[in-house]
Amino acid sequence: MKRVYVNEKWCLGCHLCEYNCAFANSDETDMARALKDIKIHPNIQVEENNGIYFAVSCRHCDEPLCVKGCITGALTINDGVITIDKNKCIGCYTCILSCPFGAVAPSEEGVVQKCELCMKTHDGIPKCVQGCPNAAIVFEER
Amino acid sequence: MIKYVIIGNSAAAIGAVEGIRQVDKKGEITIISNESHHTYSRPLISYLLLGKTDEQRMKYRPDDFYEKNNCKTLFSKTVTNIDSKKKTVTLDDNTSISYDKLLVSTGSSPFVPPMDGLDSVKNKFSFMTLDEAKALDSALTSDSKVLIVGAGLIGLKCAEGIHAKVANITVIDLAPNILSSILDTQGSAIVQKHLESKGVVFKLGDSVQKFTEKTALLKSGGTIDFDVLVLAVGVRPNTQLVKDAGGEVNRGIVINERMETSIPDIYSAGDCTEGMDISIGQNRILALLPNAYMQGECAGKNMAGEACVFDKAIPMNAIGFFGLHIITAGTYDGEVYEDLHDGYKKLFYKDDLLKGYILIENIKKAGIYTSLIREKTPLSTIDFTLICENPGLMAFGREVREEKLGGLKR
Repeated sequence: MKRVYVNEKWCLGCHLCEYNCAFANSDETDMARALKDIKIHPNIQVEENNGIYFAVSCRHCDEPLCVKGCITGALTINDGVITIDKNKCIGCYTCILSCPFGAVAPSEEGVVQKCELCMKTHDGIPKCVQGCPNAAIVFEER
Repeated sequence: MIKYVIIGNSAAAIGAVEGIRQVDKKGEITIISNESHHTYSRPLISYLLLGKTDEQRMKYRPDDFYEKNNCKTLFSKTVTNIDSKKKTVTLDDNTSISYDKLLVSTGSSPFVPPMDGLDSVKNKFSFMTLDEAKALDSALTSDSKVLIVGAGLIGLKCAEGIHAKVANITVIDLAPNILSSILDTQGSAIVQKHLESKGVVFKLGDSVQKFTEKTALLKSGGTIDFDVLVLAVGVRPNTQLVKDAGGEVNRGIVINERMETSIPDIYSAGDCTEGMDISIGQNRILALLPNAYMQGECAGKNMAGEACVFDKAIPMNAIGFFGLHIITAGTYDGEVYEDLHDGYKKLFYKDDLLKGYILIENIKKAGIYTSLIREKTPLSTIDFTLICENPGLMAFGREVREEKLGGLKR
């Protein structure tokens, strides 16, 4: 299955992936309007320290601790993609307790949010990857 | 074709079905439950009363789960006996069902210690099951004065769930601190203050000496008037079936890391068991939903013939009250790193390992800490100072990140 993989040495720390993710998950059609004057809560986040940068998003694990531990059944695996049913989630954060990558986060609606690989985009390539200027994140089979 | 029988219909049982079906698509699975409901999430009963979920959304698996997994269900039936020689279980209607592989995932039951005058209280409830939650709900009015005995996870989630529906809530506990099973003294004071700010009244380090129908006379001398009583003192594993069948039982049903009991072809998983807590290296009861699911899944795979080991169990809890979130894991032993500025954070470490942690309010990326405990990562191999301040993958070496983020297999 194709996943988002990180080529750490190519990451510039530009945070464009974060902006593209926030835009992709907004209801806006215009990027400027989607991101203007707001604090974004992207599902991919760049860690940075001492000149090292890399982007972290859901690994879509084969044995996902978040799904196994989910107390509601809101997190499920669909064709390998781990998705969250926000209508079922009650925001207990057991998945945040469980995820070894820190890739599940509280959402503004009081439930949780995570990367779902932009399954609904027309070409199937996650927007973070499409917008990365230096191929520091790629969408491929490894 | 293997005949699987599963006693229970909650997280461990569902985990077992999913474990079996990963290996064996054909075997016959029978699920026996003493409840009448489609599998639902027990911890959601407080959210049901709160109005944050409903009976449809609190189903633990979709409506077509049993059909899709080809499971036969026997609801509202209680298993009264296991005959491990004949390999049969007997139900309360005297029918008997044979098995090749049996899973006992019977959960736990509320423990009610003997209390003087308790029989004279008519409006008293436990808070474990959907039926109990519904019964409690129907007894509540906006004038209700509720007394909850037990300031643990169940008692306090109940308090949150019914808070908006009733006139007042008093919680009494013998322990001097609330949530004493998951929080240290300082942490519990923070959560207590938060609950008190919402109007919950606490009587701690105290107990009920005598009940009348609508009053509780306290050991300290005071009296509390109530019209609804909730008993949330604690729970006990349901071990009787395995005990009667001659299986090894301590406080919980004893299992190994393959979820096998001491009786051949009988497995056990979930709140009825005691297994290895790797954060202390001892057997104990870990009554947690994620643990129940993973034990159940492991049991299911083994029952279906695929060798599987689950040896990563640790205590862990994610819970919130009125918007204040708490995540804890492991055991609170060793030296302490603390940061009380942005929420409340305590990390406990010893012998080059993270042993446990408490996070209140700022719970972001807690799973990074959980994985250090679960994987027993030597702290000398990571930037521990950095990870204490800021949980992240930055604290690991680049090679580790190439595996974790680059999909590199070594």
